Amino acid sequence: MSRYAWAPGYTDDGDRPKIVTSRFQYEDGYTLDRYLATGGYVGLRAALGRTPSEVHDEVKSATVLGRGGAGFPAGTKWGLTPQGVWPRYLVVNGDESEPGTYKDRLLMERDPHQLIEGCLIASYAAGLSQVFLYIRGEMALAQERVAAALNEAYAAGYIGKNILGTNFSIDIVLHWGAGAYVVGEETALIESLEGNRGMPRLKPPFFPAAIGLYGKPTIVNNVETLSNLPWLLTNGAAAYTAIGTETSPGTRIIAVSGHVKRPGVYEIINGSTTFRDVIYGEEFCQGIRDGHELKAFIPGGGSAPWFLPDQLDLPFEAKMVGPAGSMLGSGAIMVMDETTDIPAMALTLVRFYAHESCGKCVPCREGGTWLMRIMERVVAGRGTQRDLDQMLEIGQSITPGQYPHAASERLGLAAAPFPFRMTTICFVGPSAYNAVDSSLTLFPDEFQAKLMKRTSIPVTAVGADS
Amino acid sequence: MTRLNEANVIIAKEIIGRYPKARSATIPLLHLSQQQNGYVTNEAMVQIAEMVGATSAEVLGTATFYEMFKFEPVGKYLVNICGTLSCALMGSETLLHHAEGKLGVKAGGTTEDGLFTLERAECQAACTEAPCLQVNYRYRYKVTTAELDQLLDDLAAGRLDGEVPPHGTVARVRQHIPADKAVGPVPPDAVVAPPAWITEGAK
Repeated sequence: MSRYAWAPGYTDDGDRPKIVTSRFQYEDGYTLDRYLATGGYVGLRAALGRTPSEVHDEVKSATVLGRGGAGFPAGTKWGLTPQGVWPRYLVVNGDESEPGTYKDRLLMERDPHQLIEGCLIASYAAGLSQVFLYIRGEMALAQERVAAALNEAYAAGYIGKNILGTNFSIDIVLHWGAGAYVVGEETALIESLEGNRGMPRLKPPFFPAAIGLYGKPTIVNNVETLSNLPWLLTNGAAAYTAIGTETSPGTRIIAVSGHVKRPGVYEIINGSTTFRDVIYGEEFCQGIRDGHELKAFIPGGGSAPWFLPDQLDLPFEAKMVGPAGSMLGSGAIMVMDETTDIPAMALTLVRFYAHESCGKCVPCREGGTWLMRIMERVVAGRGTQRDLDQMLEIGQSITPGQYPHAASERLGLAAAPFPFRMTTICFVGPSAYNAVDSSLTLFPDEFQAKLMKRTSIPVTAVGADS
Repeated sequence: MTRLNEANVIIAKEIIGRYPKARSATIPLLHLSQQQNGYVTNEAMVQIAEMVGATSAEVLGTATFYEMFKFEPVGKYLVNICGTLSCALMGSETLLHHAEGKLGVKAGGTTEDGLFTLERAECQAACTEAPCLQVNYRYRYKVTTAELDQLLDDLAAGRLDGEVPPHGTVARVRQHIPADKAVGPVPPDAVVAPPAWITEGAK
């Protein structure tokens, strides 16, 4: 078993290819010395030896899917900037806070130079003039490691004026947040970076690639997405696409938490690895904790509809998980065994999204809060059937129509595929409802069992003895 | 004296100088003032507004949006116990109740000696190491009630002073861009042409 005291949770048993976690095995993996000794900044040199459009084409042909949640290919995203509009900015999304997700923080703490090199490659290829590296406020160690790495890289000439003696010049500015989940949404991230409340901007029509930071074209990429680029430029798109499947190439980092024997962070082969592999595989989680069995799991973070054991054989492939009624999201798998009190656990997610609503859209601000209050009542044993119906009604005002859910043989349910309709700007509101919908659709009996019992009121007794 | 002191004004100016628009420095400067005073004071918000070219109401509006900023004194140690799903599955409720009992305050409260503020926090991105908590944003993983007791005792006795700075200090390492290496901020309205390496190729 290979775990490392300095990278809590990270496990690299087996001989799977490593694209982004190759330096986690070194205690000093975050230093420039170790980075340079292990192929660091080779990808940048390779990039600078080619034209920006050649580098862009290389990334495009590798189909590096965005690892933040939406899964949009990075190379395509870079190409969406309007022609002839300058300057363009890069904003790095290091505001990891989706429930269950734990990967970007490790990448920043353990291998900050890899992220910096990724930022430089992206900026070179897409002609971006300044980089803002936005790290979640609560991540003190990640902020310290990235700050130290930036200072080292500036001193060594990898960032700043005339990088490696060329005309490629760019600053990377470390920026940090102050605690707000919604800031992980890219337009809210930009608002926050402009010094405002982190509320998402209305879109469409204008996505950040067209009108972003300070009203200029802005690329927002996730930490893991950018961390893929040094390896890609060092080894080439062909080597990258040789790993994984055609539509989901490369690897991705997943975090498996909850009731498994060995919760952990694993770099897996994208597209072909199945949920059964990671939950039961010997080199991964090694099954459900002793004496228990799987009840349900969430395949892609707190916002993703829940899966039942029926869906274990699905691979990490968006084209299959979407039609099955959920999403891969940010690579966070949360596993619940049969001891789980489903309504109580769903409440923790509803509470999270209600708490994190920014308040801009009424259906989310009000709906999320009421979902939380009603759910609290139900979990406390004071709910009625009317409360359950009310929650579904509130859901209709946040996300009208059928909400995605998994198929269940036991319940005779057919899968409802993505996407869903929404009355809000971003996904926070629908996510609050998601936990209600998944738990109530898949485990109706557990909610019924919690409802207030009225049978003990002896209404018929009056007059019987008189 | 709750405005930024002289040394922090120098740091604040350096931070502002990195951004194309000064207002972008609002959150970093709020952190700086919280680092100095333990919480964000009204005087500091007025001063930050002057420095970034906003109104004090705008700075207040931004500051109150974010969880980490406090507007009245909190304990020297802010103990955030995660209560979201992964941690809840692994018993975080028990941990929180235990902490409430040990400290004698409810979640959200501060102990009378001003040493601890206890909060129920939302997901801290350590889900595989559940249940987890943060003390002044320093992690503790797979925390048992016994370990929590030990931690609180150690903090109270000052045995963790080197590892856990007082509330307000988040990162202890700051970015510093050397003047001879800095490209400088790229203002949105002053640049109309693509960067040199796009037009000329890398040379």
